[in-house]
Amino acid sequence: MVDGWWTYIAIVVAGFLATDIWRWLGVLAGNRLDDDSEALYWVRAVATALVMAVTAKLIVFPTGTLADSPLWLRLGAAGIGFAVFLCAGRRVVVGVAVPIVLLVAGLWWLGR
Amino acid sequence: MTGDSEIQRHQLVWFLRGMRGITSLPALILMASYVGFSAFALQSGLTRGEAVFMTLSIWALPAQMILIGTMVGGAPLAASFAAVTLSSIRMMPMVASIMPQMRGERTPVAILLFLSHFLAITSWVFATQRLEGVPRENRVAYFAGFGITLTLTNAAIVGVSYGVVSSFPPVIAGALFMMTPVYFVASIWASATQPVVKIAFALGIVLGPLLALWAPDFDVLYAGLGGGTVAYLIDRYRRRRLKVRAGAEA
Repeated sequence: MVDGWWTYIAIVVAGFLATDIWRWLGVLAGNRLDDDSEALYWVRAVATALVMAVTAKLIVFPTGTLADSPLWLRLGAAGIGFAVFLCAGRRVVVGVAVPIVLLVAGLWWLGR
Repeated sequence: MTGDSEIQRHQLVWFLRGMRGITSLPALILMASYVGFSAFALQSGLTRGEAVFMTLSIWALPAQMILIGTMVGGAPLAASFAAVTLSSIRMMPMVASIMPQMRGERTPVAILLFLSHFLAITSWVFATQRLEGVPRENRVAYFAGFGITLTLTNAAIVGVSYGVVSSFPPVIAGALFMMTPVYFVASIWASATQPVVKIAFALGIVLGPLLALWAPDFDVLYAGLGGGTVAYLIDRYRRRRLKVRAGAEA
């Protein structure tokens, strides 16, 4: 039971507060930020690089079921999928469907 | 009918229109990602209640994955906080960039602080694409309708699918896990309008896994600050050259 409560406290402190602090700061900053300011360009670049680093790590170092699948299959599915997505006029549905189909086909072909 | 109740009726209509966004493609993909998340939570040893509570209180899929990852690894609370807060720094410019578009002239800051909780990648993409078409005085209601519905629906999905997905064949479970990153890749690139965002996108994707091999504890921080700063400098150089060229031609 103590263990259970501790998890909830950890979620509030290291999850809710750690995330919503930035949302609140975003509201306060957004009320006075100039959309063309140099600072916003830099913050936007850092934010995008951060989230893409997290995303790429989900593909390269996955947890759970995908951890057993070969790296080349995950990278190939994501890479080819992104190329098709760009060719298809940047439609999100294509960018999601193609990598998933390739991954499933690859997993099935490998007999997993 | 007084003017006030007329305004309130309009607000309700726009709130309901926002709710309808739950059937949009980005919302449906996010729901599939959250089915994947519930399987990840179960495999990592979280209870159903913890997984639902985490979804409601954090409402950011990468932050939730990172928090679970550090908790499972037995990291101290401060280390979990540091890892999660690093991944959530992006919330600040995301929220900040949507505020000038979303708020009305007299929108109380308290309302904006409350609604900011429902801003994550999906609702940010939704808002940047659709708020322009909504009358300014109804934008807060419209976003509230979409954002709150999306969060509550996904919390319910996590609660219902917890324990169900683990019995899926590995191929299906794998596909659900893959849904989240490929969805982020496609939606963030599709909503990137500025070159600086595209440069940072490419640098982050390459640097994240590379730095994970070299500095596993600080990879995301280095990739974000380093990659983002380099992207900003490249873009600033590009903009200055454009300006110089435009000046030379003028």
